[in-house]
Amino acid sequence: MSREPLIFEISAATKKGFALPQLDVPEKKDALAGLPVRAAMPGFPQVSEVEVVRHFTRLSQANFCIDTSFYPLGSCTMKYNPKINERIAALPDFQGSHPYAPQDLIQGNLEVLKTLEDCLTEITGMDAITLQPSAGAHGELVGMMLIRACLEDRGDPRQIVLIPDSAHGTNPSSAHTCGYRVREVKSNSNGTIDLDALSREMTGEAAALMVTNPNTLGVFEWDILKICEIVHAKGGLVYMDGANMNALVGKFRPGDMGIDVIHLNLHKTFSTPHGGGGPGSGPVGVKKHLEPFLPVPIVERGAAGYRLDFSRPKSIGRVRSFYGNFLVMLKALAYIHSLGAAGLKEVAEIAVLNSNYIRKSLEGVYHLKYASPTLHECVFSDKLQKERGILNIDIAKRLIDYGIHPPTMSFPLIVPGALMIEPTETESRRDLDQFIEAMKAIAREAVETPEVLKSAPHVAPVRRLDETAAARNPVLRWEGPKE
Amino acid sequence: MSYISLSDQDKKEMLDRIGVSSLDDLFCCIPDEIRLKRELRLPPPLTEPELVRHFETIGGKNKEHIHLSFLGAGAYRHHIPSIVDYLSSRGEFISPYTPYQPEVSQGTLQVIFEYQTLVCQLTGLEISNASLYEGASAAAEAVLMAERIKGRSRIQVAGSVHPQYREVIRTYVKNLAIQVEEVGYDDKGQVDIESLKRQIDNGTSAVVCQSPNFLGVVENLDRLSEVAHQNQALFVAVVAEAASLGLLQPPGAAGADIVAGEGQSLGLPLSFGGPYLGFMACRKEFLRQFPGRIAGETKDVEGKRGFVLTLSTREQHIRREKATSNICTNQAWCALRATIFLETLGQEGMRELAYQNFQKANYALGSLSAIKGVKRKFGGPVFNEFVLEFEGGYKKVADHLLSNGVLGGLDLGPFYPALKDCALFCVTEVHSKADIDRLAGLVEEVVR
Repeated sequence: MSREPLIFEISAATKKGFALPQLDVPEKKDALAGLPVRAAMPGFPQVSEVEVVRHFTRLSQANFCIDTSFYPLGSCTMKYNPKINERIAALPDFQGSHPYAPQDLIQGNLEVLKTLEDCLTEITGMDAITLQPSAGAHGELVGMMLIRACLEDRGDPRQIVLIPDSAHGTNPSSAHTCGYRVREVKSNSNGTIDLDALSREMTGEAAALMVTNPNTLGVFEWDILKICEIVHAKGGLVYMDGANMNALVGKFRPGDMGIDVIHLNLHKTFSTPHGGGGPGSGPVGVKKHLEPFLPVPIVERGAAGYRLDFSRPKSIGRVRSFYGNFLVMLKALAYIHSLGAAGLKEVAEIAVLNSNYIRKSLEGVYHLKYASPTLHECVFSDKLQKERGILNIDIAKRLIDYGIHPPTMSFPLIVPGALMIEPTETESRRDLDQFIEAMKAIAREAVETPEVLKSAPHVAPVRRLDETAAARNPVLRWEGPKE
Repeated sequence: MSYISLSDQDKKEMLDRIGVSSLDDLFCCIPDEIRLKRELRLPPPLTEPELVRHFETIGGKNKEHIHLSFLGAGAYRHHIPSIVDYLSSRGEFISPYTPYQPEVSQGTLQVIFEYQTLVCQLTGLEISNASLYEGASAAAEAVLMAERIKGRSRIQVAGSVHPQYREVIRTYVKNLAIQVEEVGYDDKGQVDIESLKRQIDNGTSAVVCQSPNFLGVVENLDRLSEVAHQNQALFVAVVAEAASLGLLQPPGAAGADIVAGEGQSLGLPLSFGGPYLGFMACRKEFLRQFPGRIAGETKDVEGKRGFVLTLSTREQHIRREKATSNICTNQAWCALRATIFLETLGQEGMRELAYQNFQKANYALGSLSAIKGVKRKFGGPVFNEFVLEFEGGYKKVADHLLSNGVLGGLDLGPFYPALKDCALFCVTEVHSKADIDRLAGLVEEVVR
């Protein structure tokens, strides 16, 4: 397959891909006088509509995606994205709606927001939800801001946030962006939070513990009640990263167990498409004592319909423009309505079944650092293959040749050479078995023909790319025709 | 409806292989006393036909679409070429995630690379990232970035920056020992340069201005940039209406160090406020402090060109708490739509789009401000929005328009007490001359 050129390389003066109607108001040529007007845009593309269509269609064909392949990217919950949700999000009544329209004219939108809040409150067991955060990390930041505001209100915001060593990188970064220093809490040999370590670190300086549950190993924090007790006893709050909620829907409610704040990822648990890296949506749920601090505005349901409430004196303020990624919320609500309570519980059950099926089938073939039972994902490593010089990256790239998207690599940090596998509930037995067989074949190849792994992928649009060179000599835009 | 692909037989065989007798046994690692013992209380499941009817009914409670609308203020109605929907809805674009495996993500990565190039061309700056959430948080990220570069604790933000953007900046800096000071506007609706000169000093990390600003007025970016740089502060230009970049001087050419903005106008529907597209560009020398994902060009082992996410040592998954931002999932699909939009319109299309917005808005401004009792509030040049002041207040005008199926401009009273009788009107290429004349006719009826 020949590589698709950059659009700039097929551009030529006078070509057009679009036309507007003739200007129908009297043109005032002198109006531009005194206005700082730009010169031409050198290099800005000029192509025909057909060229644009072929360009993007060909580019799309260079992507792996859920619609074509098994995509077991751990911690990302790459489940099937139901197409009906796209149709609903495209309804003109929603899509054409202006965020500053008078509230009487947008009662449908407000009903969507309030209904989704209600559903997520029930699913998490929290008391209130803000839908505004734009993605998971944005939700984490908002959650940290809420904790800080609550503790400040009590008289002391404190200085430190505790984060387990197995946490996703966004956790420490979000805490830092909220003005906190981060202190790491070690995991024990089960891969869960070490209670003694937590008790030691949980001092009066610590504002909160950020805990991912099930954690990034797929292991449920069995001691969650005790963990919350330890943190609460010292006046701290517990933040749960709900990125892995797909393992728990309908089986366990964080709000019932002492969690003070949680974020969800609608683009994971609630099936909205990942879009190649967004848009997501990261609602944050809180218990009663944090509710006064939620971002503005809040949707209220009253006798005369729905209203947006902007006057909340203790609110942390606004965290983005308008009301969040509304169309993403709409897709998530459609998903919740499609499945209902029993369907959502089945999601968690089958996600956990699929993951354990893979785990059982690959045990012994790949090294599993932690023996603890796992839920929706399992983390193998390259330890057995490394003896022959084969790393997780070689295994991952070889999977591409088998038509499968590689798992998450080199994460969590407590498993060197990690291969983090999350199949999700939507995969068929056939897809799971093909993956298992591919992984076994690759393990054999690591012994018999290691060079095939080292030079993989062999059947992708490009061969292995030089990422070091890209960082050393950054070329971050098209610079014009090469001489 | 269910999206499970296992048969009952599959489930049984899989449980057998695992060595447990029921699905529930798989959850034995959750202590029994904390497991949910009841079904969630959610509405009953709906099939596809029921779901469509359900949401059409809810959507029908929105009554906005029957109106001719002149609302803008950070969310703009522009025509979206049909190929934007067509191409962006392909499963290969909408269903993958962040391109962590470049060899099977060249489509997404090349789109980001083209997007970055287009943003640089539009803004007149050297580097762009792969997108941020939306305009307001992009402005906040720019402020945090300026503080990291300058190590100074104060910023000067124009009072004519979108009120929501100012609110978000305040929320972001509240816990970080950065002080925000606001700079007023003059009677032309532009930043009051004398106030800025008084307020700025060597403790200022950045001057943040928006153009066209929230009052619709195009700023004199050259002059603002000069004042910022005289004080060794960075100049951050905010662009809330990206369509203006087809006509107006690019902020980079006026000396802006960072441009942060909202790309909704570039192929994204209004969508009740989101998802939108935060964009950000800056000068090359600030690369190490730049937030967000960045795609770069490289070669594969055969020497073929390819693209990868690069410079990730700035990012949270490597640098953890020392990262330049906590952002992970951004707005890649929205950036894809903007890329298709910009490449379809092309150089001439973008200029024509911007020019028609400018001409139509100025025609509307002329017609409306000629009405007795209606006054153009600010003398500065406008792009596609303008502020009108109504003798006797705006409310009765807005009500009269509404009762005639027209959504007038945004009442500015709640945002600026001094502008209590004023409203911000937006006119774009989607408005015909007849639409504008109808608006003017109705306004004339009520203020007469």
